[in-house]
Amino acid sequence: MQQYTDIEEEKEYNTLNLGPTHPATHGIFQNILKMDGEIIVSSEPTIGYIHRAFEKIAEHRPYYQITPLTDRMNYCSSPINNMGWHMTMEKLIGAEIPKRAQYMRVIIMELARIADHIVCNSVIGVDTGALTGFTYVWQDREKIYDVYEEICGARLTTNIGRIGGFERDFNKKTWEKIKDAVASIEKRWAEFENLLSRNRIFMDRCIGTGPISAERALAYGFTGPNLRAAGVDYDVRVMNPYSSYQDFDFTIPIGTNGDTYDRFCVRNTEIWESLKIIKAAMNNMPEGNYHADIPEFYLPPKDDVYTKMEALIYHFKIVMGETDVPKGEVYHSVEGGNGELGFYLVSDGGRAPYRLHFRRPCFIYYQAYAEMIKGSMLSDAILTMSSMNVIAGELDA
Amino acid sequence: MAQVNNESVLATLQEKFGDAIEHAYEPYGMLTAFVKREQIIDILRFLKEDSTIQMNFLTSLCGIHYPNNEGKELGVIYHLHSFTNNFRMRLEVFFPSADVDMPTATVLWPTANWMEREAFEFFGINFVGHPDLRIILNVEDMDYHPLLKQYPLEDDTRTDKDDRYFGRTDGNKGVHFDVFPGKAQLPKKLANNAYALCSSIPI
Repeated sequence: MQQYTDIEEEKEYNTLNLGPTHPATHGIFQNILKMDGEIIVSSEPTIGYIHRAFEKIAEHRPYYQITPLTDRMNYCSSPINNMGWHMTMEKLIGAEIPKRAQYMRVIIMELARIADHIVCNSVIGVDTGALTGFTYVWQDREKIYDVYEEICGARLTTNIGRIGGFERDFNKKTWEKIKDAVASIEKRWAEFENLLSRNRIFMDRCIGTGPISAERALAYGFTGPNLRAAGVDYDVRVMNPYSSYQDFDFTIPIGTNGDTYDRFCVRNTEIWESLKIIKAAMNNMPEGNYHADIPEFYLPPKDDVYTKMEALIYHFKIVMGETDVPKGEVYHSVEGGNGELGFYLVSDGGRAPYRLHFRRPCFIYYQAYAEMIKGSMLSDAILTMSSMNVIAGELDA
Repeated sequence: MAQVNNESVLATLQEKFGDAIEHAYEPYGMLTAFVKREQIIDILRFLKEDSTIQMNFLTSLCGIHYPNNEGKELGVIYHLHSFTNNFRMRLEVFFPSADVDMPTATVLWPTANWMEREAFEFFGINFVGHPDLRIILNVEDMDYHPLLKQYPLEDDTRTDKDDRYFGRTDGNKGVHFDVFPGKAQLPKKLANNAYALCSSIPI
């Protein structure tokens, strides 16, 4: 690989606009590249094309209405965002969540992680020219979306669960669908790995593409699979366990070079680990309630609202945002599909947050993109971007 | 190895920086220190480079605005994380909105670059020494800072979303915005006599 330290004066460079709507960037990103032939000399990213001011909107919405905003960040794994927000609220109000609800959340969050990794890894295949795997595994993602649909009625922007747990227990059909999805992913993901993992062309294309060292990755605030590919075993699920992740036995896969191939492999292994967690959660599913006993925040059953005075009062109070919320500031983070998704919430006791800051992993690590593609070929830049799993919705919030 | 916890880190900071640590408390178990603007970079550097504390990771950086908190209207909040000790803490710096210069943390972590650009864009905080302080998410020619509290989300002429209907007298105009974290922590019962308020609103 050619290294460019200084731009040579006498040379003539081409400027190339990669994006904003380039089909290969999978989202709206613009990079103004300075090219020497096919080699990238420097790049200048422009972001914010789908900025929707979520942090401002959140200051004007009751707490339960913020869940749909979180959907629209990393929309490849919306349930993780939803539940991360619910857990932040539960931390603020000091709610205790029953074990059953926690395990149910773990199942859904791990399914979401698998769906996220399926998208990312199969798209790496597409960008290297292997479309087959992508069309093949998309069916499994569909099965995961069917599970969401059975639970909450939505597929992409799920708004799944409630502050306190779930709106209802999983029915028989849901359990069947989860089992079916797990069995199907296990079978097909092995085939997908067979297709690509040791494929000579794929390996030649990915090894050494868009590498970053562990030191630089930490300095750039990398988290999630991208940081682990660089060799740092940081995972929020293990470092700061939430929702009973401490009950499950799983390993954190790490890479060594932090290149596209390592990122691909880390995600592959994480899918297997997630499947392990889901199966353990299903086998050890505790009895109990599917939501916490917090009537001031959790909507009562609709039948009770019509017949019981107390339920009606709580229903009214929740919907009108009348519930008193403790004052305070709280930070909670979950391991999202692509890194540490953090919520910093300042409450002044009002019906909406005083300030809500989302720590969006994409926004933070996409900064390193310019450095990672410097001196590489244009086609490698595309591959690096898809292997970093940059989701436009989360990047721009 | 010495134990790293809220007490030990706070004691170390107070010993090393003395008056620069104005105030500290532990909301939801996370050590939160309010520090003076002049020494923020020294404190961050110390926390990062200290061989015991090893705050190697800047988790997030964001701005905040308290319009009624005179002389300390604007703030920057740093969340730090030490991977080796699995220890998190928060640093908060407050300064007047008339004097918005903040030293940049990009000298310690390149990741602070976009975080500071975002804080600049949303709150108008001027990070001195930042390599490329430009608006990042919104249009380039935007000449105001939208997350400041004086900018309402919606048009003032809307009446259907009047906060008085929800039992809160002065909705988004600043009654509840005078809270400064660290001073009032206990949940206070709010005056929410909806009937009394509704009767004063012409319908």
